[in-house]
Amino acid sequence: MSLRSPLGRVLGSGSANDGTEHWWAQRVTTVALLILGLWFLISLLQLDNYAHATVSAWLGHPFSGVMMLLLCLTIAWHSYLGVQVVLEDYVHGPLIKVVSLLISRFAHAFLAIAAVLAILKVSLGGSL
Amino acid sequence: MSNEGRPLSPHLSVYRWPITMTLSILHRMTGVALSIGFIALVVWLEAVALGASSYASLSVWMSSGIGQLLLLGWCFSFFFHLSNGVRHLFWDAGRGFEKSQANASSWMVLVATFVLTAAYWLVLGGML
Repeated sequence: MSLRSPLGRVLGSGSANDGTEHWWAQRVTTVALLILGLWFLISLLQLDNYAHATVSAWLGHPFSGVMMLLLCLTIAWHSYLGVQVVLEDYVHGPLIKVVSLLISRFAHAFLAIAAVLAILKVSLGGSL
Repeated sequence: MSNEGRPLSPHLSVYRWPITMTLSILHRMTGVALSIGFIALVVWLEAVALGASSYASLSVWMSSGIGQLLLLGWCFSFFFHLSNGVRHLFWDAGRGFEKSQANASSWMVLVATFVLTAAYWLVLGGML
C-alpha cells in the first residue's frame, strides 16, 4: 500500500520537491544551444573583420539582437543547471555548499542581465 | 548521524580507466570552462556596447598570446561539449547503450571535436 496521496503522485515530486524539471530543462536548453551556439559561431565567421564598427553593426541588426538575447539567456540557464550539479557533487560542507550555490545563482543572474543590457543598448541606441 | 567507517561501494579506482570515463569527466570540465567563457562573452558584449575605445582595449587583450590560447580552449570546449551533448541526447532517446557502441561513440566525439576545432580555428584565422 502506498502512503502517497493522489495529488502527490500526480505532481510527480519526490522528497526533493521537484520532479524531472531540472533534467528536462537541461535537455531543452541543450537543443536550443545547439542551434543558437552554431548560429553564433557561423555568424562570427561571416563578419568581414572584427572592428568595432563591423561588430556593432552586426549586433545592432534586429535578427542578431534577438538571437544573441536568446543565446545569452539560454547559456545562463544551461550553465546554471550544469554548475549546480557540479557544486552539489563536489562541494561537501553543508554551509559552503549552500553559499557556493547562492553565489553561482547570483553570478548567473548578474551575467544574464548584463548581457541583456549590453545587447539592448547596441540594438536600441547604438554605442556612445 | 555519522557516516564514518561505513563500507563504500566500489568506486572509480577499482576500474581499468576506459575511454568513456575520460569523456564523462571531460564533459564536466569543458562545461565549467564554457561557464567561465560565458563571462568572457558578456565582457565582449559590454565592450561593444561601451564603444570603440573599450572594444579596442579588449581586442588587444584578446589577440595576445594568452587571449588566443583562451579562445582556442573555449573553441575546443565548445565543440567537445556540443559533440558529447549530442551523444547524451542519443542516450536520452534510449540508443547507444551497448558497451561497444559507447566506446565507438567516444572516439567519434573525440574525432569530431578535433576536426571541428581545427577547421573552425583555421577558417576564423583566414587560413582555410
